[in-house]
Amino acid sequence: MNWLFRYANPHNFMRLSNVLLPITAVATALCLGVGLYLGFTVPPDYQQGSTVLLLFIHVPADVAAEAAYGAIAICSLLSLVWRHPLSDIAGRAAAPFGAVFTALGLITGALWGKPMWGTYWVWDARLTSFLLLLFLFFGYMALWNAIEDEVRAARAAAILALVGVVNIPIIKFSVDWWSTLHQGESIVSGKIAPVYLAPLLIMMLGYILLFVSLWMLRIRTVILERRARTLMQRSAA
Amino acid sequence: MNFDLGPYGVYIWPAYGVSAVALIGITLWSVIGWTKARAALAKLEQK
Repeated sequence: MNWLFRYANPHNFMRLSNVLLPITAVATALCLGVGLYLGFTVPPDYQQGSTVLLLFIHVPADVAAEAAYGAIAICSLLSLVWRHPLSDIAGRAAAPFGAVFTALGLITGALWGKPMWGTYWVWDARLTSFLLLLFLFFGYMALWNAIEDEVRAARAAAILALVGVVNIPIIKFSVDWWSTLHQGESIVSGKIAPVYLAPLLIMMLGYILLFVSLWMLRIRTVILERRARTLMQRSAA
Repeated sequence: MNFDLGPYGVYIWPAYGVSAVALIGITLWSVIGWTKARAALAKLEQK
């Protein structure tokens, strides 16, 4: 854990992220560019036709949303157990991006569902648990904004985030545990046609890198905002 | 590259459009926030 605490120091984080951010930003642009190019060159699926193109934005958005929630959960655990202030900043910084990726997963999924299932929405386990993920992000952000005392807000939000972790395996295994319109897992099981696998993995990596880049930038922004606030308080005293 | 998506284009293009707007939107929001915070801190440090 020592390495983690070394970089959990705001000063060290600013130095490390100053080096990492340009690298992840360029890697994001490359992955999304190559992934989109490859995506628009694949042949139509024999069953789903050209709607297979939705695979390359729907699944990456879902994966990025779950990664964002995972990041918040880890930060929450670090905050509750070790009470490190940077973990609160990091958890809070990830939430807006997680909410956007979740909303994108739901919207692109609905636009895929209509031509394939004949409906934009069904209250099945996968879709409902994913909608719950969106509400967890909203609830987490609302708690931070509703409680004035930052220490209490961080604790309440962290507890909510950790309770909500139970939803992640439910999302993942919902297609196995219950009867659902949503298709089952196809990447690890090798059911996906190889021609679609490369653009999908590259787009997934692109979305994850985008999340990591924006997350780092947001943490850096909040650190600067806190420094500015401290300076203002000092000058006012 | 194949941009002829046939009858499914009516679902695919809006999905790509919404994704592009959202991802560009959160990127701009983050960059603008960073620029403003850096400028505000620099102003305070000059005082």
